[in-house]
Amino acid sequence: MNENNLIDDKNNIQNQVMWNRLLSVVEEQGQTLVRTAFSPIVRECGDISAGVFDLEGRMIAQAVTGTPGHVNSMAESVKHFINHFPLNTMFEGDIFITNDPWMGTGHLNDFVLTTPCFKDNKIVGLFSCTSHLTDIGGLGVGPDATDIHMEGLYIPMLKLADKGVMNKTLLKLIGQNTRQPVETEGDVYSLAACNDIGCKRLVEMMKEFKIDDLKKLSDFIYDKSLSAVESEIKKIPNGVYKNSMMIDGFEKDIKLEAKLKVSDNFISVDYTGTSDKSKFGINVPLSYTKAYTCFGLSCLVSAEIPNNAGSLKPFEIDAPIGSILNAPYPAAVCARHIIGQMLPDVVFGCLEKAIPEKVPAEGASCLWNITFRGKTDRGPNNNSLFAVTAVVNGGTGARPNKDGLSATAYPSGVRGTPVEINEAVAPLLFLKKEYNPGSGGKGKFNGGLGQVIEIKSAIDEDMDLLASFDRIKFPARGRSHGESGNAGQVSIKNKRKLNGKGTQLIKAGEILQIFTPGGGGLGDYSDRDKELIETDIENELI
Amino acid sequence: MRLAIDIGGTFTDIVLEHKTDLYTKKVLTSSSQPEVAVIQGIIELLQENKINSSDIKMIIHGTTLATNAVIERKGAKTCFITTEGFRDVLDIGYESRFDQYDILIEKTMSLVPRKYRYVIEERTDINGNIIKPINTKKFQSLVDIIKNEKFESIGIGFLHSYGNPKNENDLKEFLLKYLPDVEVSISSDVCPEIREYERFTTTVVNSYIKPLISSYLKKLDTELRQKGFNCPLLLMTSGGTLTNVINACNNPVRLVESGPAGGAILATSIAEDLKLDKVISFDMGGTTAKITIIENQKAIKAREFEVDRKARFKKGSGLPLRIPVIEMVEIGAGGGSIARVNKLDQIITGPDSAGSNPGPACYSNGGDNPTITDADLVIGKIDADKFAGGKIDLSKEFAKNAITKNISDKLNIKTETAALAISEIVDETMSNAARVHTVEQGHETSNRTLIGFGGAAPLHISRVAEKLRVKKIIIPTNASVGSAVGFLKAPVGYEVVKSLRMLLNKFNFEKINNLLTSMKDEAEKIIQNESEKTEYIEERFAFMRYAGQGHEIKVPIDNEVLSTKDTNKIKESFETNYEKLYSRILPNADIEILTWSLSLSIIDEKHTKYIELDAYKNIKENSLIDFYDYASGEKIKTPNYERKNLKPGDFIHGQCVITEDQTTIVVSNNFNTKVLSNNFLQMEHINNE
Repeated sequence: MNENNLIDDKNNIQNQVMWNRLLSVVEEQGQTLVRTAFSPIVRECGDISAGVFDLEGRMIAQAVTGTPGHVNSMAESVKHFINHFPLNTMFEGDIFITNDPWMGTGHLNDFVLTTPCFKDNKIVGLFSCTSHLTDIGGLGVGPDATDIHMEGLYIPMLKLADKGVMNKTLLKLIGQNTRQPVETEGDVYSLAACNDIGCKRLVEMMKEFKIDDLKKLSDFIYDKSLSAVESEIKKIPNGVYKNSMMIDGFEKDIKLEAKLKVSDNFISVDYTGTSDKSKFGINVPLSYTKAYTCFGLSCLVSAEIPNNAGSLKPFEIDAPIGSILNAPYPAAVCARHIIGQMLPDVVFGCLEKAIPEKVPAEGASCLWNITFRGKTDRGPNNNSLFAVTAVVNGGTGARPNKDGLSATAYPSGVRGTPVEINEAVAPLLFLKKEYNPGSGGKGKFNGGLGQVIEIKSAIDEDMDLLASFDRIKFPARGRSHGESGNAGQVSIKNKRKLNGKGTQLIKAGEILQIFTPGGGGLGDYSDRDKELIETDIENELI
Repeated sequence: MRLAIDIGGTFTDIVLEHKTDLYTKKVLTSSSQPEVAVIQGIIELLQENKINSSDIKMIIHGTTLATNAVIERKGAKTCFITTEGFRDVLDIGYESRFDQYDILIEKTMSLVPRKYRYVIEERTDINGNIIKPINTKKFQSLVDIIKNEKFESIGIGFLHSYGNPKNENDLKEFLLKYLPDVEVSISSDVCPEIREYERFTTTVVNSYIKPLISSYLKKLDTELRQKGFNCPLLLMTSGGTLTNVINACNNPVRLVESGPAGGAILATSIAEDLKLDKVISFDMGGTTAKITIIENQKAIKAREFEVDRKARFKKGSGLPLRIPVIEMVEIGAGGGSIARVNKLDQIITGPDSAGSNPGPACYSNGGDNPTITDADLVIGKIDADKFAGGKIDLSKEFAKNAITKNISDKLNIKTETAALAISEIVDETMSNAARVHTVEQGHETSNRTLIGFGGAAPLHISRVAEKLRVKKIIIPTNASVGSAVGFLKAPVGYEVVKSLRMLLNKFNFEKINNLLTSMKDEAEKIIQNESEKTEYIEERFAFMRYAGQGHEIKVPIDNEVLSTKDTNKIKESFETNYEKLYSRILPNADIEILTWSLSLSIIDEKHTKYIELDAYKNIKENSLIDFYDYASGEKIKTPNYERKNLKPGDFIHGQCVITEDQTTIVVSNNFNTKVLSNNFLQMEHINNE
């Protein structure tokens, strides 16, 4: 071995060490965001994203917290920022902000902040982060709006800070346009703080390893990740695989149709044939469609490879403009997660034909977030109105050689909210929240169980339910003769059925009863291990 | 004279303290009857040093028994009784996955399966009002079930019981009347804090290990008395204080992770002796590395901890416990951690370990996975002839073969380069964990002193120090039995934590003062059982946040009756702490307090042998050895010293390797080494700018 090889070896090891360091830097960036956030869905559930980018706008590392909906969409947003504010116009202390659904992460509640990072007065990289704010005005967090402007304050690409000075005008404007001004301002500060931490750590790392720019490191990460994903794709048989799935939608049923093509070194997914966009706020911007599609692909193809521009490169996603998966301005998009979170199931259905041994059955998939709004006796800052989202889940699909997970989020990565916390922040009384036995689809491996949840007002007041639920009409399907999971249900207990989507009144004293969907089963139930069946019976799970 | 006993997974360490001298003994742990090895080890150590059992004035004990019972699912047959409608809180948990991309994860299931979880009608609301009283007529059927199923232990957890324990207490009283032999733990006792999943899980873990721990402790206590030890037996807790056998039997969940707590106490006491305000304690053993921040000669305390992390120390994969603990991060990086090449052609190390059987490849015991120890051997950090005082034969050839086959062939690099890389990667992993952990606590790493102990820490500490930009390192004597040494330094004490939520601008002083008084009474009662001394150190903290946030920060408050004048003081104290952590305070937000803690501890007078020396003089090495240097990648002749030959005042310039019986201290070229008056080694960065 000659000397050059030795130096190459050392450089490679050093690059690897710095790559690990970047992953720990963005982890810290994300943790700072969670710890300082006000929005309950951020602080209790971790609905955030954070990452570091090179000067071409390529994402080189991303925190493995939060939710996949932010994955690819945030990655794209930094390029939009750079187009809008060229690098040579950026100064130390600048912070850029937007909540544009098409340039950010898919709805107005997600603020994206990007901060350029400087070393020795030279820009070396950018940090970006996003989190879900509780309220941004408009109709609130539900699918009722019929265009984007009904959904709240729409902030174009702006400077939040100019050379270290916060834009007070903008902060006031934001404060005036939300039902929760203090919390919203707090969350904006929290986003800014997390990028600051990232910048500081990056500069420290560059000093330690004596590098002046990120070019070589960024290329190294990009190339390594790209070739690692490509070699995983090579293991999948080439071909075109199709799948379609029906879901409830708002005013009409929706068909999600995909054609997945596996080539030597890339996978493309084309959603031609999918239903047209809806009149209401369940439409999905393309960036968000890409995000969840890539996530589904990554889980089965390249789970061990960190997310970055290189590892995302071999996945090409498209949907016809005007379809519900590529809804252009001014479509309403607030509850875009309902359909976005179904996309991994659609992708799995395609891949079942190529790699059947690796594919799970369909699950509840979309979060069954229960959002209420009404009068309160316990708001902070003497606020007499409350808005709260209880994060709640159904079951995941049965997995190869394993049952599905009960009451667990997938594909979303957020946490559920504790009952005691829900009752502390809002005037709610939970009467029930436990497994719904038998709700998972039967199979050689059973789908995960859904839950049964009963809630009423704790102070005898009317309140609004902002429903955004799916899989009430079309349950999660099983695979390979596995049965479907139970469909979801929403009703006033012993009284009347409620709609899966849209704002509805729950009167004082009435009990909201919700059954979250179960996951689909995998394989024939007659092949199920007898001992497993006995355990299920003993534990009253079926 | 005092004794410390640390039962670990493989070894039981015993340390005898005689004035300021320490005598140590390592025996194999006898897992099925841990007291056997303990007694045997003590007797041997005393005989070797010609000491009578009656000379021992105190025995301090820490053990992994509680942790292992949970990890190996070897606890009692336990049932859990909870509020009707909420049978599955223990399994539903956070409703999330600890790994985003792995669809095949297994969640850690509750220690009590669904079939042993029973519900009864009852309900308390958020304000502590009982809105559904319990109906004792229905209890008889519960009693029958418990008798029929022969449960040994019962956990009780009701919603909002932290705010009003009445329903839990009533049920407990009833059950004990009819089932006097069954252990009962209630959540408002074990963990009176909001968030039902954590509170119930902590209660269940307590119930699950209670019969086992209390029978073990009672047996040990009896045997010790039979052997003539008439001194008190005290237990090390996860919070770093000592407690007596009765309290330990009632609240055994507080014994989880007592070993690592001992290590943190050791580092704290070294920080006191050497007057170091900013310290990182670095404890690296065979399986894991533990990192703790010591600030102003105090270990940072926390209230949560995860036991039994399924996915190799991954956050969120274990059972969350809400107990007072010393804040530390534990990662799968130790001498036995296995190195491999992943799909990205990267070398990764750990978190899985080759353990003691088969152990690293170089043990020639059938292990063919390359470990950190194998890499350390190949680069010359470990001298094959001197390892473990020459008691274990190491094969450099086996180590090289394992690295060649699993790492260097795959990457097409030289074996020595691969070994250097393995060592570098594990050092980076540990440094990253230390950096993230330090920052999470709101501190920096670079201005700190690193104190290293545990078998593997001295081999890696100087590189870790470089990565953390630390300028000073301390390696104490008896570094390889650090935890047990730490037990001897621990204070007798107790901490009470209670939730009582309140906005700062709507402060109810009467309620708070009453609560704090009752907490103090509770703590006093417990520590008075343990010590005759009546003077103690009291500490009070409030866990505060901006109303609307989800995470609290810990703020110290005065040990006095609080009144109106204190609100501003508390506010300022909160803002100072908040700003330090997150750079900006929020002018418009309300501040609230969620939880209160009060701790009492008794501190014995300290002995120290440390005095600052005026001068240090250069000494000559024992020999020169071959050593691969990371910075150059080259093999360099490096001076080697025997630690037993080093004397206070000795000075070594630059790179060297110092060998002692149970470990080796590797010093990089960037450090000079001094031998302090107490025989500790102090390494100082050469460019101390």
